[in-house]
Amino acid sequence: MTSKALLRVENLSKTFFLHEQNKVIPSSSQVNLTVYSGKLTALIGPTGAGKSSVLKSIYRTYLPSSGRLLYETAAGVTLDLALALEHQILELRREEIGFVTQFLHTLPRQKTLDVVAMPLYRQGVGKLEGRARAAELLAELNIPERLWEVPPATFSGGEKQRVNLARGLIASPRLLLLDEPTASLDAKTTDRVVDLIQRKKQQGVGMLAIFHHADLVKRMADEVVELSVPVVSA
Amino acid sequence: MSNGINFAFLDEYAKREIRRSVIKAICIPGYQVPYSSREMPMGRGFGTGGLQLTLALIGADDTLKVIDQGSDDSVNAVNLRKFIEMTCPGIDTTTHLQEATLIQSRHRIPEQALRADQILVLQVPYPDALVIVEPSEDKRKIMHGEADYSRLLVKLYEDIVKFDEITISHRYPTRINGHYIIDPSPIPRYDVPKLHNSEALILFGAGREKKIYAVPPHCLAEPLAFDDVPFRIEDFTDSHGERRACKLCASQTSFLDEFIDQQGERVYQCSDSDFCEQQQELAHG
Amino acid sequence: MDKILEVKGLSQVYGKGCDLCFASTGPEFETNICPHCGSIVALHDLSFDLYKGEILGIMGESGSGKSTAVKCLYFDQMPVSGSALFFDDSGQKPLFKLNPAQRRSLRNHRFGMVYQNPNLGLNFDISAGGNIAERLLMSQVMNYSEIRERARELLARTEVLTERMDELPKNFSGGMQQRVQIAKALATRPPLLLLDEVTTGLDLSVQAKILDLILEIQSELNTAMIVVTHDLGVIRLLAGRTLVMKYGRVIERGLTDQILEDPQHAYTQQLVASAL
Repeated sequence: MTSKALLRVENLSKTFFLHEQNKVIPSSSQVNLTVYSGKLTALIGPTGAGKSSVLKSIYRTYLPSSGRLLYETAAGVTLDLALALEHQILELRREEIGFVTQFLHTLPRQKTLDVVAMPLYRQGVGKLEGRARAAELLAELNIPERLWEVPPATFSGGEKQRVNLARGLIASPRLLLLDEPTASLDAKTTDRVVDLIQRKKQQGVGMLAIFHHADLVKRMADEVVELSVPVVSA
Repeated sequence: MSNGINFAFLDEYAKREIRRSVIKAICIPGYQVPYSSREMPMGRGFGTGGLQLTLALIGADDTLKVIDQGSDDSVNAVNLRKFIEMTCPGIDTTTHLQEATLIQSRHRIPEQALRADQILVLQVPYPDALVIVEPSEDKRKIMHGEADYSRLLVKLYEDIVKFDEITISHRYPTRINGHYIIDPSPIPRYDVPKLHNSEALILFGAGREKKIYAVPPHCLAEPLAFDDVPFRIEDFTDSHGERRACKLCASQTSFLDEFIDQQGERVYQCSDSDFCEQQQELAHG
Repeated sequence: MDKILEVKGLSQVYGKGCDLCFASTGPEFETNICPHCGSIVALHDLSFDLYKGEILGIMGESGSGKSTAVKCLYFDQMPVSGSALFFDDSGQKPLFKLNPAQRRSLRNHRFGMVYQNPNLGLNFDISAGGNIAERLLMSQVMNYSEIRERARELLARTEVLTERMDELPKNFSGGMQQRVQIAKALATRPPLLLLDEVTTGLDLSVQAKILDLILEIQSELNTAMIVVTHDLGVIRLLAGRTLVMKYGRVIERGLTDQILEDPQHAYTQQLVASAL
């Protein structure tokens, strides 16, 4: 199967302007990369190279400062995510682009099953089916069943991360952005996650990921893009 | 007139203004037409609204009946009748409903059916049914205009919640001709259905509040109610399930007043004294 | 996705106003009081689209014009200029060109409003159930048992003890009053719900539950909502998109996570930096 380019990032730069200090802070500079369907592109580079900024710019949590983020939608349209309308971005987030961060933000009273199933609910999947699929995924990620009906607020770091991962994977997005998805997992659980991610790749999901460990890059990446710390112009 | 007072007390200009308001009230059934209520030689609240209507409508060939709570002899009825007789030389007065062309009443619609050639004038203390839910008259006018009566219906809802039935005993809000809701003056619920499809013109005059409104003949008049909690008139059945009767005429169909007699017993008699007497005459041949 | 509301150039001035009002007020002048005529420019040139089932946040401090905006949309006030098009099932409705009866009909049937002060949204002299009954009666539901049943369902849905439905809401806690207000607003299943500082002044745990309820309603009924608040936490939890307002103007707009993580305007940066 020949993979086609799902996302082409061209000359992406992200800088922050802090009004208070009247200061420009560069974050990512001149980033070029491609994500293919069914493949994983890993972002590597030292701290401060702006790896997370790239993911957030693609997800539009950050407004890209310059460059193009050309995404091929399911409908076959090429859309520059930097310029897309807010409603287009919201629709892509609901239907096509997933983001697993290191932190889990949830509603105070929401049960774990519903936290995980939320992306499905947003797509109009019923509560029963959503919860069943969430249960399947939580079992696979080794989250004990007694925790499923409890809000994840009190979970350990590793448990929260797996819940977060389950939520990111459940709707099978076309493009998945992963920001250190295994940072606080033990070796055994990491293996399970790696398995799961490999399977998602086989299903055709294109991924752009940051890993905390070089070993994981070796195990999973099809492409590697190295970023360097942007130079602060005097 | 020799004493300088015009026939029917009011000057002709005042009568004409009132009659114009009456015509407007008939044209817009249930709508409260404002008018410039005149000073009358009696306190407002003693029926000056009804009196002005009567005086504006009465002619020398009219026969007048004045009743108060069904009775021709109560102080208010007697005084009003005397005043009208005094200021309207040539008119006849009667206590017999059938003989009257013009009937002024407080708190009752006569027991027997009115005819098309009769006009009933009701004295009204509070003309606006919405006053219990909205203090501002400006806002009430808008609510009436838009037929926005949901807050009035909420009052009925609350009544049923609290008492399992609608407890409004008099001044029962009634929708006229499918739009305006009126306060039909303090008539009992028993009389409310008589507004509907009446042969006679029914006029309402509120002197203090300066409003005239009308239920024209053959007009829709629907007491407010819920689909599943219908409007009901007063229940006169006793503990044995029998309809109470008037102790004087034995009628089992009339609206009854309750008294405690000298022995401390509850007794019932017709509220409409004219009707009661006619029933008694019939019985004694 | 279907649009439900399109607001263009909405402006509101309190006072007699003059030709210089708009040009002399706003964030760059640090005031919304016109120096020439003393009028207050509460809102100027507000434009936005709202889609079915979407929650839009309007954030700003008091006097920023955020409440004025929703009050205009709910016809509590008429704006001095601007338009708003409501895309109803039965066709497009230009809100500020409707006659009073049409406005009242939209307000009663198609829009729901929840105020910060329950006093404004509830009649404290009638029971909680009666408050809901009022909205149903406006919609010509004339069957007492049906009204009772619907009121009971709505109160149960908003987690108000149905045993208390015949009590006066003035005896309820603040959180409970807001629940009754929400139940009342939802009685006609409106496609548009306006929420004006609904959690302000409530205990944190009560706030969380109300916010939860709002999200549940959104996903169950696909209700579009405009959430007005000064609270970043409320915006973060509820809104997909956010407008930031100051001195009657929108100074920044964007996806909520972008506004919070990558604010562009100096004022928004300050706001986000000072919140935890």
